[in-house]
Parts: sequence; structure tokens; C-alpha cells
Amino acid sequence: MNKMPEIILFFFAKIKKLALRFKKRKKMKEIMTVYYMEAKSASVSGRKVAWITSGGPVEPLIAMDVIPVYPENHGAMIGASKMGTDLCEKSESMGYSSDLCSYARSDIACATVNGGPIGGLPRPDMLVCCNNICGTVLKWYEVQARYFNVPLFIFDTPFCHMGYSEEVQRYVRRQLDEYVLFLEKACGRKMDSNHLKAVGKLSLEGQRLWQAVLATAANKPAPLTAFDAFYHLALIVTLRGTPLVIDYYSQLLEKMKDRVARGIGAIPNEKYRLLWDNIPIWPRTRWLSEKLASHDACLVADTYTSAWCGTMKYIDENNFFDSMAEAYTRIYLNIGVDEMARTVLEMVDMYKVDGIVMHSNRSCKPYSLGQYDIQKIVEKKREIPCLMIEADMVDERSFSESQVSTRIDAFMEIIKQRKGS
Amino acid sequence: MLTVGIDIGSITTKAAVIADGQIRGTSVIFTGYNAQQAGTKVYEELLQQLGIKKSDVSKVVSTGYGRNSVKFMDKALTEIICHGSGAYYLNPRVRSVIDIGGQDSKAMVLDERGKVKNFTMNDKCAAGTGRFLEVMARALEVDLDGFGPLSLRAGDPSRISSLCTVFAESEVISLISKGEKRENIIAGIHDSIAARIAAMASRLPIAPLVVMTGGVAKNIGVVKALERKLGMAVEVSEYAQVNGAIGAAVLATGLK
Repeated sequence: MNKMPEIILFFFAKIKKLALRFKKRKKMKEIMTVYYMEAKSASVSGRKVAWITSGGPVEPLIAMDVIPVYPENHGAMIGASKMGTDLCEKSESMGYSSDLCSYARSDIACATVNGGPIGGLPRPDMLVCCNNICGTVLKWYEVQARYFNVPLFIFDTPFCHMGYSEEVQRYVRRQLDEYVLFLEKACGRKMDSNHLKAVGKLSLEGQRLWQAVLATAANKPAPLTAFDAFYHLALIVTLRGTPLVIDYYSQLLEKMKDRVARGIGAIPNEKYRLLWDNIPIWPRTRWLSEKLASHDACLVADTYTSAWCGTMKYIDENNFFDSMAEAYTRIYLNIGVDEMARTVLEMVDMYKVDGIVMHSNRSCKPYSLGQYDIQKIVEKKREIPCLMIEADMVDERSFSESQVSTRIDAFMEIIKQRKGS
Repeated sequence: MLTVGIDIGSITTKAAVIADGQIRGTSVIFTGYNAQQAGTKVYEELLQQLGIKKSDVSKVVSTGYGRNSVKFMDKALTEIICHGSGAYYLNPRVRSVIDIGGQDSKAMVLDERGKVKNFTMNDKCAAGTGRFLEVMARALEVDLDGFGPLSLRAGDPSRISSLCTVFAESEVISLISKGEKRENIIAGIHDSIAARIAAMASRLPIAPLVVMTGGVAKNIGVVKALERKLGMAVEVSEYAQVNGAIGAAVLATGLK
């Protein structure tokens, strides 16, 4: 390294300063800032960066000291900072259809202009694409592999309509070995299997804590809303398998337990409890949370953030590597509608909700496809109303405030009527 | 007790006065640019016309897209609950209401006490709304009031397949240029709206007695097409267009 750019030195100074600060109080924003700065200066520190899909197996990367970077997390940041529409339009001018996923569109456009809230993602050394969340990621990652001219590993998880077969287990398990070989080649060193085991334990522990945090919302009033969960989610997605996650969620869990003990609710006057389905409408989370709170309605749970602790039952703590195959294949978006509905019904019961708000997300077809069926099943089995909101997770052009507002008002009027208030 | 309901829609603004359980009068004006002004105007004019002083009015409930724009209301409620209440007031046997308004269409099911059990609304698209018909009327150079009677004379309704208002308009224009008869095109437009509404309503699902409300209910062609698609009779009251305002006035009587 003969020429270390000044900007990198500046980053290092910042990291050190921030690292000292968050020893005292671990704040999400600081952790994420340090994380992105570390990733942006990875080439200087000699570490590798891998871009990985949100449902991808991240533990082997952590075990190889590779910094995982999530274009989908970036997409959420772009959406939340209301920069999505410009980037989506940019990708459309590059020739991508407006019917494509807005995470993919904004990420593909962002890479060419280094735009967005953090001036583009750190450059990848490799890409890891797991198709358990959708099929779009295959083409999206191929596009980026060509653009950055880096190797791409595709981890193929067959769709599990019902159950999980021996053939699928063998097929997916074998790919885990190939995945490790890919990483060893990209990093130029061997995987330490003991270290991977330790990372696996931390990952599982992180998922348990995340689930425990979410479960505190089963209390009345709920100490946190799904909007809070959307925010706190970042770490279980990005840094699963590191001790940082354990510290952060342990503290958060303590805080939530304390709120429960003192009867403090996340919204001032919780009267109605709702379940959220699908990815958030990132540019509109604040608007939506205020809108619902104005009706004394609290989003106490959601199918989205709970997906990062939804497959623990398949993980064998003592054989993390082998059991990863099943855990990563049977995630919420890779199972049939009946099984999804079963998960939703369990959440309806656990969190004692009065209604469901479904976001029919123009971007995310696998998430939105079965919603009408799930709605029917829930309405029939639990007799609670479901509201369908049409929007998009990033692209604000697909959001109509007055229409959504009327639908929410009408939905709440019905819930209030049903509850006799 | 005297209550008023005001329904400020995207195209028209309606008002209804209910005194001691009876409809005293109703009124419809165009909303125009200023929803707040339209709400105030329809209210004041109707009171004047009926010789009622503002101080005699116990409660006012507003509804429709402009429901929060007027300041003199005691409560704002959505069209869903007001249309349900209005339809039940006019006919307690009603169990399903289909309302096609200017920019929204909706279907709701009521329980035996007239409470809305569930509802569904059009997706984010103008097809299947009153605005869709307006666009088509302009393309066909026919007065919207003529749509219903004309469509009943159609021998062979055209097929309008596009789901999008803008594309459907160009479909209509190409049918015109092919020399297709107006009545066939209009009947085709009604079929296309009815198919969309029926699909939406069937998701609930709806049950008889079905009542249609909203301005589009005045169009006999849409009502007949809807009956065919649903396979059920669809009743339309003479108050269909002001049904939401009537419902708002009824709900106002229950306010404390």
C-alpha cells in the first residue's frame, strides 16, 4: 500500500473515535456507520468484502473474516431516505423495466453513480447470491458480477411447497461445501472449521435474542412496535454471527423487559393491535406509524422482521454447518402459502392481534403473491379483518397517500366497531 | 333531532339533512377545485333551501375524500362506513353494498344490524371508477347521462380488454376509427367496469341483497352489466348518489 488516500485515513480516525464511543452506549447508527466505514476501507485493511442477499448464509463469511455487505439493506436505506425514485428512474433510463424490484433497480443504478445516502456501497470482492428470497436476485447479482468483474457464488435453494425432502437436503448441503471452496479460493486461505462452529453458535444465540426482543411485544401494551423492529433489524441481518449482535440485542431485550415491567407502551394509548405483512414501505414508515398511532393502533408484530429468527427450529446447535442447509431453505419466502398462513395464524394468536395490514408490494412478488389466499385463510379461521395496501418498498411513485389514508381510516372504523368502542 | 351529512367526493359534493329519522332534503354540486368551499357551499345552500338555521343542526358528519377539509363538522368518517349506514337506513334488508364513486370503487358486506363487517376497494387505478366513465364519455363525445340508455340498445357489445384507463381510452378510440357503433362500445365499457367490480366484490364474498350506491349507480347500463357478472339482482335507490351523505347524517344522530 504505497499511497493511502487521505479519505481512508480520515475513516480510520473516525472508526477509532466511534469505536471508543460505542463501548459506552451501543447505538445502532454508530454501529452501522462503523460497519460501513470498515467495509469502505477494507482494501486498505486487507479484508475482503462480499455482497450477499438478505437471506443468504452469512456465517461462513464471518468465519472467513470477510465483511458482508447487503444491497437489500442498502435499498432499504435508499428508500427510507427517499432517494429511491431518482435511482429507480436512473435504472429505467439504463434500460431496466419499472416492473422490476426497486431494491434491484436502485442498487444497480447506485453502483454506477455512487449515489444514495452513503455514497454507494463498498466495492465487492465477490458476490454471494442465495435465491431463497426470490428469483430476481439471480439476474441482479449477475448484472453486478459483470459490472464489478468479481466472482459470483450462487446458492440454490429449491422452493419447499410442503415439507423438505432428503434430495433437497443433499442438494443444498453439497453446495455448502462448494461455498466454502469458493470462499477459500477468493480469500486465498483455508476455512477454520472450529471458528465456523463458534460463529454458528453466535448466530443462533443472536437469533434467539432477536426472537426474545420481538416476543416482548406480546405484552399489552407492547413495549415496541414493528416500526421499531424495522429499525433494530439491521444487525441481525448484517452482522449475524458476531458478538456485537449479542451485546446489542441483550441490551435491547433488557430495555424492553424493563418497559414491560413498568407497563410502558410503544405508543401513547394502545387500544388496537395489528400485524404487518411484507417489507415496510420504507419512505413512508414515519407517516404510517403516525397514522396508525392516531387511531391508537399499534403494529405489534410483522412477518418481515421475524423471518430472521423463523427457522431456528431447523438449526442444530452442535452441527450448525449441516443444519444450515435446511434452515436457509425453509425460510418464510421459500415455503408454500399454506405454511405461510400457518405462520401468520401463530403470530395472530401469540400477539393477540385485532387485524392484519398487508402491504401488497409491487416490487416483491414472492412476498405479495399469496397474500389474498393468506387473507382468506386468516379471515376464515380467526375472523379478523385484513387490509390490503398497494405500494412499494422503495419506489414512491407507487404510493398514493389519500387512497392509503382512506383505506386505513375505514379499516380502523371497522375494527373499532367490532371491538365495540 | 336534526343532523347533516356531507359527502365531499372527487367529482361531486353531496349533502343530506335528516330530521327525526326522516330525510328532509338532499343536494348535489360539483366539487371543483376547492373541496372546502364545496363542502361549505352545499351545506349552506341546502339549509337555506330547506329554511333551516345552522343553530338548529345538532351534528354534522363529513365523509368522502374531502372529509377533513371542512372545519364545521363534528366528526369525519370514511365513505365505507357511511355508505353502509346509508344503504341500511334506506333498506334494512341490504347485506352488501357496491359503491362506485369518482375515483374509488368499493364493496362492503353488512351484518344484520347494518354494521360493516368487511370491505374491499379498487386497486390503485382509475379503471372501474366514475372517472373512467368520464374519460370514455369524452372520447365518445356522448353526454355521460346518455351512456345508460344508449348501452341498452347495443346488439353486440365491444370487448375492452385493457385494464388501464389510458390504454382503454386508446382502445376505444381505435374502435371508433374502425366505425364501431357507439352503443356497442359503451356497452363494452360497462362490461369492463362490471367485470372489475364483480371480481373485487366476489373476494369478500358478497351476499344478497346487493345495493349499488354512488353516482355511477344512475347508469342503468352499469347496473345491468353488474347483475349479469354477479349473477345477482342489484337494487338502486333513488338516493343512490347521495347515499354516503345520508349515511353520514344517520351516523351523526349517534354522536354524543
